[in-house]
Formats: sequence, C-alpha cells, structure tokens
Amino acid sequence: MSRPRPQSAWLSKTAVNGALVLAVVYMLFPLVWLVTAATKDAGGLLAGNAFSFEGFDLGGNLSRLAEYNDGIYFHWYVNSLLYAGLGAVVCSLISVAAGYAFDKYDFRGKEKLFAVVLLGVLVPTTALALPMYLLASEVGIVNTYWAVLIPVLVNPFGVYLSRVFSAGYIPDEALEAARIDGAGELRTFWSIGLRMVMPGFVTVFLFQFTAIWNNFFLPLVMLSDQKLFPLSLGLYAWNSNAHAEPDFYPLVVTGSLLAVVPLVVAFVSLQRHWKAGLTAGSVK
Amino acid sequence: MKARTRAAAFLLTPFFVLFTAVMVVPIGYAVWLSLFTEKQSGLGFGGTETVFTGLDNYTAALGDRAFREGFGVLLGYCLFYIPLLIAGALGLALLLDSALARARRFFQLALFLPHAVPGIIAALIWVYLYTPQLSPVVEAMEAGGIGFDFFSPGGALPSVVNIALWEWLGYNMVIFYAALQAIDRSVLEAATVDGAGSWRIAFSIKVPLVRASLVMVGLFTVIGSLQLFTEPLILNKGTGSAVTSTWTPNMYAYTAAFDRNDYGLAAAASVLLALTAALLSFGVTRLTGRRKEKAA
Repeated sequence: MSRPRPQSAWLSKTAVNGALVLAVVYMLFPLVWLVTAATKDAGGLLAGNAFSFEGFDLGGNLSRLAEYNDGIYFHWYVNSLLYAGLGAVVCSLISVAAGYAFDKYDFRGKEKLFAVVLLGVLVPTTALALPMYLLASEVGIVNTYWAVLIPVLVNPFGVYLSRVFSAGYIPDEALEAARIDGAGELRTFWSIGLRMVMPGFVTVFLFQFTAIWNNFFLPLVMLSDQKLFPLSLGLYAWNSNAHAEPDFYPLVVTGSLLAVVPLVVAFVSLQRHWKAGLTAGSVK
Repeated sequence: MKARTRAAAFLLTPFFVLFTAVMVVPIGYAVWLSLFTEKQSGLGFGGTETVFTGLDNYTAALGDRAFREGFGVLLGYCLFYIPLLIAGALGLALLLDSALARARRFFQLALFLPHAVPGIIAALIWVYLYTPQLSPVVEAMEAGGIGFDFFSPGGALPSVVNIALWEWLGYNMVIFYAALQAIDRSVLEAATVDGAGSWRIAFSIKVPLVRASLVMVGLFTVIGSLQLFTEPLILNKGTGSAVTSTWTPNMYAYTAAFDRNDYGLAAAASVLLALTAALLSFGVTRLTGRRKEKAA
C-alpha cells in the first residue's frame, strides 16, 4: 500500500473541507440575509446593499410588527404554536400507540394492516386538500381551528418510525416483568412502554411539529378568517399586499425572521433526535 | 391472550379512525366528485344543479393545454431537480464520511438548518435574492459577467429548482450520512488493506451499500415533487416571473377550485395527480425490488 505524501494528504484535506464550507455558505447566506434584512426600514431594504446595516431600524420593525392591525402577527404566532404544539403532541401519541401495537402484539392480518400504513406514506397529501375542504364544509368546520388541526393528527410515517423505535427502545423483558407484577396491558403501555420509548416520541414530535409549522397548503384552502391564520398564511397574505404597498416589506421580512426562530432553536438543541429520526428512516 | 388483542385494537383505533377520515374518505370523495359537473339549469335563472357527467371532467382536464403543460413542467422539474439533489446530497455525505472531514457535527447542523425554514419563507427569501437591484447574488453574478434573469421564461425552472435544493439538500444529506455511518467499518478496512483508494472505496463499496436509502429518498422526492405548489405560487404572485398560475398540476387544481369554482374539474385533476404518484411509486419499488432479487 502506497502511503500518500504529506503534501497531497494536506491538499485533499483542504479540498474536502473546502467543498463542505462552500456548501455551508450556500445554506447559510440566505439566513444571514434574512437577519440583516430584518433590521432595515423599507427604504434601506429596497436600496440594496443587502448585507450592510444601512437604514438600521430593527426596533421600529418590531414595534410596527406588534402594532399592525392590533397585533395580528402575534395572534398568528399563537395560532401556529397551538396548531403545531397541540397537533404534534396528539399526533405523536397516536403514532406511538399504533407503532407499539404493531411492534409488541401479534394479531391476524397485522402485516397487511401495516402495509396499508406504508401505502399511506406514499399518498400525495396536497391532492387530498381539496376534497378535504369540501368534506369539511359539509360537516361545517371549514374556517375553524378543527379544519387545520384534525388532518395533521395523522402521520403514517410517524407510525412506521414508532414501530422501529418501539423495537429498539422497549425490551420485551421489561413488559413481561410488568405483566408478572399484575399490570394490565394498557397500564403497561402507559407507564413502561411510553416512558421507555420517550426519545422516539420526541423525534416523531419534532418532525410533526416542523411539518405543521411549515404547512401552508392546508390552511390556505381551509381558512378565510385572518384571526385563525397560522404564520405561514399570514405572511403570505402580507406579501401579497407588499407588491402594492412597499411598507409591508419590512413587516414580511421581520415576521419571517421571528417565524423561523423556534424551529432553529429546536433543531440546534434537539440534534440527537432529528438525527435518530433520519437514521431510523434510512437504515431500514 | 384475549386481553392482548383487545389492547392492540384499543391502541390502533385512534390512528385508523383518523386515517380513514382524512385519507381514505377524501380519496373516495375526490373520485366521486370528479364524476359530476355543476350545470346551469334551464335558462340559467334557476341556479345550478349537479349532474352526473361520467368521465367528462377527466377529458376536460386532459384536453386542457394548461394542465398538460403542467405535467410537462413537472417532468422537466424532476429531470432537473432529482439528479442534482441526489448527487449533491450523496456527494456531501461521502465528503463528510471521508476520514478527511473535520467538524462533522457542525457541518451536519449547518447543512440541515434550511429544513427549519418553512417553504413559503424560503421562497420569499429567494425571490428577494433573485430580484435585480435588491440582490447581492444577481449583483455578484453580473460582476462576474453572468447576466441571468431568474424571472424570464428560461429562468422559471432553475429558480424553483434552486429553492427546492436549498430546502432539501441538507435533509437528504443527513439521511445518506446516517446510512454511510452504519456501514460495517471492517468492510472498509479490508478494502483499504487490499489497496483500494478512497475514490474506489466511495463508489464501489459505500454507494452500493447505501442503495436502500437512495431508493427511499428517490421515492419520497418524486412524490414531493409531484405536489409542487408553494414555491412557484410565490414566484407567480407579483414578481413578473414567467411562472403562471397553472404552472404545476397542483396549481391548476387549486385555481380550478377556488378561482373558477369548478370542483369537478379540480377533483379530476387531483385524482390524476394522485394516480401518477401511485404509478410512479409502484414503478420505482418494482424496478428496484426486481434488481435486488437479481443481486441476491
């Protein structure tokens, strides 16, 4: 085996890390732009010089954001937190319960039923938004919280992940021990299974929270009352106004920056969990 | 034993009840709706009535040039986007997996971060970065002698592909990286001992071993691509871009439903889109499944 000379080793190390740095620059500069742009007033924003702090007016942008239309922006913020937080908790609970049942119990037709779940992963959900809208108007829940909340409680991929996690995190012996102690099946799930699979629960929660927070098509179809909008839809509405009234631009940009913050914080602090989710999805 | 079956049923019920309500029933309803059309009754004074028209909505959708062109756009988008995405994500993952890479945790996080940005906000940011006079990118390109108009007809596809790449490259890179990390290190050591260089190891050993995740990413990317909507919608609204309001089939279905109030046509378009997704995923799994059998 020929050892590479030190010089060429140094060169390839530089090339590899240099390519990675370039990729990082591509990923991060739009976010850096968002930060600098959010500090500018409308004039500074439309004058170019994107990465400078010309026309610095972050405080003004924030207070206009808080005041515009009686603080509707923070109304949207609370709505997004409600849709994504509540939706993701319930969805994860439902998914983990189903994944646990698929993993720990045997019953007739189990694998056939699981195949149905896997088929559900492949359904293009936006193609369902329109019939869902018409169904929701028949039931009379169009333009209510329920119209956005109910559809996001279902995530077939979450069930798949939960089955993988249940197999990985919950040893059958732990369940046997609980049964011998006389615990019922549901009690065993609730106090042993759920507790042991908690890291997996957080993973499913994180991905569903992101999906709901970023969801745009469903609220666009379902909601017309501004008071019910999540951030994505509200910012879209503002952006549509901005073409006629440039004063909306700083609102849209500053609003976008604040809308990104919770997910960035979540992804930075929960790295182990999203990596676990993508690993479980990839290594099967 | 009975208690266990009952527990399984209890734990599965919430998921399957909701699954039926928000997936199975809407699919059935879409098919049902696509068979009817609202017609003006009589001379048009008596409002509208809903009439069974069989496959008329399907022939109307397929006969509409805008709808067919939408599929053409999707095809071009997939051929442009998917190879770039997979090659880019796999390439970055291989670089990160090579012994030479430093600061792996940082690179993973930084590359993944755009996934935290909602598609609508990603599109808003990039529209600014595409706008001449506002954009440092356009400015830098012009300084480098590349004049490119992202809003011209020729710029429509690249500008949407770039936004999608930005959103999904890091996400898929992490998937590939996880699969690469799961490779048994002794296999790689054996290859090194046999004198294989790092290029050879990457392409003859590592890539074939992560084929399953390549197929999975390909499948999910195809299904995601078929639903293309948010990013072109933002480009369509008031930027002067060449992206039209019926640029993709999903946008066509949306305008049919909410601008023209033609639910039958919109349902037919949605069903055709879902059918395409089903056929493609069937094709991909069949194709790759068969190759696996041969290999075994």
